[in-house]
Amino acid sequence: MSRVEFWQGNVSLAYGAIAAGCRFFGGYPITPSSEIAEVMAEEMPACNGRFIQMEDEIGGIAATIGGAVTGYKSMTATSGPGFSLKQENLGLAYMAEIPIVVVDVMRGGPSTGLPTSIAQQDVMQARWGTHGDHATIAYAPSSVQECYEVAIKAFNMAERFRQPVLIMSDEVLGHMREKVIVPDKETLAIVDRKKPSCSPEEFIPYRPDPEDNLPPMASFGDGYRWHITGLTHNEWGFPTNCPEEIAKKSARLMDKVNAYRDEIVEYETENVEDADVIVVAYGSVARTALSAVRHARDKGLKAGYFRPVTLWPFPDRELEPLAEKAGRLIVPELNFGQMVHEVERAVHGKAAIAQMSLVNGELFQPSEILEKIEEVAG
Amino acid sequence: MPRPEVLDWLRKRFFPHMWCPGCGHGIIMHAILRALVDSGKKREETVIASGIGCSSRMPGYIDSCTIHTTHGRSLAFATGIKLANPELTIVDVMGDGDCTAIGGNHFIHACRRNIGITAVVMNNNIYGMTGGQASPTTPPGARATTAPYGAIDPPFDVCKLAQGAGATYVARATIAQPVLCEQYIKNGIANKGFSVIEIISSCHTQFGRKNNRRTPVDNLNYFKNNSVPLSRAQSMSPVDLEGKIVTGEFVKREAPEYTELYRSLVERVGGGK
Ligand SMILES: Cc1ncc(C[n+]2csc(CCOP(=O)(O)OP(=O)(O)O)c2C)c(N)n1
Ligand code: SF4
Ligand SMILES: [Mg+2]
Repeated sequence: MSRVEFWQGNVSLAYGAIAAGCRFFGGYPITPSSEIAEVMAEEMPACNGRFIQMEDEIGGIAATIGGAVTGYKSMTATSGPGFSLKQENLGLAYMAEIPIVVVDVMRGGPSTGLPTSIAQQDVMQARWGTHGDHATIAYAPSSVQECYEVAIKAFNMAERFRQPVLIMSDEVLGHMREKVIVPDKETLAIVDRKKPSCSPEEFIPYRPDPEDNLPPMASFGDGYRWHITGLTHNEWGFPTNCPEEIAKKSARLMDKVNAYRDEIVEYETENVEDADVIVVAYGSVARTALSAVRHARDKGLKAGYFRPVTLWPFPDRELEPLAEKAGRLIVPELNFGQMVHEVERAVHGKAAIAQMSLVNGELFQPSEILEKIEEVAG
Repeated sequence: MPRPEVLDWLRKRFFPHMWCPGCGHGIIMHAILRALVDSGKKREETVIASGIGCSSRMPGYIDSCTIHTTHGRSLAFATGIKLANPELTIVDVMGDGDCTAIGGNHFIHACRRNIGITAVVMNNNIYGMTGGQASPTTPPGARATTAPYGAIDPPFDVCKLAQGAGATYVARATIAQPVLCEQYIKNGIANKGFSVIEIISSCHTQFGRKNNRRTPVDNLNYFKNNSVPLSRAQSMSPVDLEGKIVTGEFVKREAPEYTELYRSLVERVGGGK
């Protein structure tokens, strides 16, 4: 039986993670993400899971990776300054192919910035924050209900592809209360990591299976002995300087997302078929955008709405034909222009793009986006 | 020649190792393996964790569950592993830079939690891997590539740091005392809580070449001539102790171990059901 809750976004996200099977949380308090840690502190011991408040965010993600290599579905959550601190170990999780979920509840930056105000300034950091090439999966929920849902999806993707998955929430969403329909556990599709089927003697830890190009993962303590390192390594997990081995490993890390891109990408649209102008927005801003688009329709304007649910990989192929047909896009963001570059890349010059930036700690007013729609459409 | 049951713990596939011939770290690896074997540990139930440095390359050579993490952070990873599965035996090997510079925060908090991990700090008083820069344990006056006129920074005493932060077993030996190293590591593994064994190691390549200890033997002789057992040190004056390496067991005490506290918490809130 499904049930109804009235939750904050952060609380919803934490319960979504638990429903996905998360049983390990390592973190460090930071506004506006702390409620996630607080829920986990309460719930983990109660289900024989693990919660630990570490000495800093670097330790938070390190312990989380430790939990993951020991067989637990593991998560950490933070905000801007902590997200910066986590970047080096996030890279280790990409390189060593460790499934974890990392939540960034975005607040204003740079630096300590605006701890209690919304922003969308970390979306490029999600893609490029850790050094070196890697393929990113990042969700941007836009309702409290969706916080629950993307937490499950994020774990499923992390487990399936053996890599970190990011959830880019924001301060408004994290603290806003809304109705959540909590689905019946039996109805959830839950993915667990692929385990080795061979004997410990035959186990080659980073040899991908031919059918999906993904290696199964053993856990420390389950009888297999293997080596984990952040150094570029061969199929034995051992550091290599061999150009062929380096090329193979590096390409496989990118291929996880490239090869399965269509199964990962998610987006939502409304009124795009006949639209003359489409507003492309994500996270909390998408709510304002949708309201403006509906107002515009009421006024007889052919406005449409496109919301990437996955920021990375970006739904570029899906946006392009719609953008070409409409000819005009509006991209409102709470930063000086980050995803707008991705929109530009996606549409190949086939639509005019009007960028809207707001960096004052607040959300756009629906009227501001509506005015822009009128201006662009008119 | 190592005993056959010790040789079983080597991941022969990954040899040759990257250490310079004569590097002190190999003596420590051998002592760790003897201690593990003599403590009756199984390879698939033992985790060797490390950060980054010459010392931290050790896990690659050991055929157990091994994790070579990021510079300074290994204890935070190991904390997660131990909390996830308290049945595992965890030895965390670190360099002096790894442990006391970039990893200082994780080190003191692992001591404070008294989590059941054995930390082996391989102190060669220098950043070996990156070319001989000064570390927080480089003695004042010693030369390093980033202290060309001699170091002026006051150094850390790893054992005092560990004791002050709450570790329940703390000992120091030098690589010139391999049997003592093995014994202390064994005692550390037997201790339920957080154990720190500082082993004074040598880097003739980086430290030695700038400080008149050019060969491995120079270093071993230096350690032999300058070590003082704790029993003797206790009756020596601070002046006489200047520049001496005090070896021995500094802390051996009982305190609740972290994952046991966590398990009681789980039972208290009914999560064990
Ligand atoms: C974040 C980060 N900073 C710096 C380095 C470069 N680095 C690699 S090893 C090392 C120092 C190693 O010294 P120590 O821990 O004493 O180990 P040793 O090589 O002497 O055994 C440094 C600074 C790094 N790998 N990562
Ligand atoms: S540089 Fe120094 S610490 Fe590194 S392997 Fe050589 S002797 Fe050992
Ligand atoms: Mg060193």
